[in-house]
Amino acid sequence: MPAALILADVRLSLGGNVVLDSLSLSAAAGAVTAVLGPNGAGKTTMIRCCTGILVPDSGRIEVLGAVAGSAAANDRVGLMPQATGAWSGVRPSELLEYLAGLYATPLPPRQVAAALGIDAFAGTPYRRLSGGQQQLVNLAGAIIGRPELVFLDEPTAGLDPHVRRQVWALIRDLRAAGVAVVLTTHAMEEAEQLADHVVLLDHGRPVAAGTVAEVSAGRSLEQVFLELTAPDLSAGGVA
Amino acid sequence: MSGLDLTPASVPAPRSVRIRQHALMETRLVVRNGEQLLLALVIPLGLIVANAAVGARIGIAREPFIASVIALGLWSSGFTSPAITTAFERRYGVLERLVATPLRRADLLLGKAAMVAVVALGQAVVLGVAGLLAGWSPQPRLGSSVVAAATVVLGLVAFTGLALILAGTASAELTLGLANLVYLIGAAGGLLVPLSAFPAWGQPLLAALPTTAVAESLREWSGQAAAGPFPGWTIVVTLVWAVIVIVIARKVFRWTS
Repeated sequence: MPAALILADVRLSLGGNVVLDSLSLSAAAGAVTAVLGPNGAGKTTMIRCCTGILVPDSGRIEVLGAVAGSAAANDRVGLMPQATGAWSGVRPSELLEYLAGLYATPLPPRQVAAALGIDAFAGTPYRRLSGGQQQLVNLAGAIIGRPELVFLDEPTAGLDPHVRRQVWALIRDLRAAGVAVVLTTHAMEEAEQLADHVVLLDHGRPVAAGTVAEVSAGRSLEQVFLELTAPDLSAGGVA
Repeated sequence: MSGLDLTPASVPAPRSVRIRQHALMETRLVVRNGEQLLLALVIPLGLIVANAAVGARIGIAREPFIASVIALGLWSSGFTSPAITTAFERRYGVLERLVATPLRRADLLLGKAAMVAVVALGQAVVLGVAGLLAGWSPQPRLGSSVVAAATVVLGLVAFTGLALILAGTASAELTLGLANLVYLIGAAGGLLVPLSAFPAWGQPLLAALPTTAVAESLREWSGQAAAGPFPGWTIVVTLVWAVIVIVIARKVFRWTS
């Protein structure tokens, strides 16, 4: 099966700092690819390059066979941003109806809201939702257009264990349906539970890649993470 | 199991539908926003009421003043409101989020423009009716009507382009402060006060502003004697501003904060 996402030798500097450095990875359809790395490793920047918000200085990004950021690519991807991603005054029901309206064959918004438990707070303005509730709304927005490739930027950050398991179940459903899932996370347990393939980033550079078993090689993934990566001590570093 | 059919089937809605969806969302959010309503309706209505109550006693004639107030309202709907909302859309990552949808950047801008047009039209109707109830009796002619219509449309494009330049480059907080400050400066400089009331040396400078051009076209439409260097000058001024600011906005607007 051809890769849904290909990054080949991608380099990007922002404000004189190298954020992505010879980054190469691929993500297959019907598989979960977890991109791990400490704060400032370049995970969110990588997603921004894949959606065309940022343009790499060099290298190639192919999204579903099209140029990253092109309409042919962005029409078919879903994005769950790490933070907010919605108007402060919008109600979840309005946001989902709006996003669904941008597609010809979306998932029914009420069905999505019910499946994720959003219907309980569907009429509350986004700014009044808890962080976890906002995460669920963002996740719903990412899948409502029935994407072929979905980027989930730290999808379970701030969620309680019950909701986290619910989100994991949805990610498994996406994989089973043939969707290519690319998720970023700090949570090693999440990667171990979900990922078919992991890529470990440090300062924008891949330092390990493979299946969880291949990368961890008998140790825990967290041990590998701590050995191969260094914390980003620069305040406000690029995520 | 979520019970959802997650089989990939991502097909964009037709472009007209996407633009309408976005325009409706933007309009709904603006209409619900108390601060925007204050600028768009409450302040202009207050000025109309104040003029009706004391305007004659302090020498502010009703005829040009109501037209000036409508121009002030258009300034808030075309500039202040889009500047603030767009800056916070950047801050909250809305624009970044929408990039990964079938909504093209041009769709987003057209939806925003439709929102401005809808709000401005509704506002003009409300303020016009309030003015009529307060005794305003505009005396439009065909020529001045055509000039005013063209000037208002081009002026709204210029205002919104200015809003995008500010919102697309400055932080949300800075945009909030500057947009309100510029609103007041615009009000004082040629929007509420007719061009002819300013000293002769300052008139060419003020006449070159899109705010003055929109207000003067509406004042002339309502019956005030023509002012300015030549007939239809307000169209030229707003056209030049519209072209320049759209070119600049395309170059400098950043989608993320």
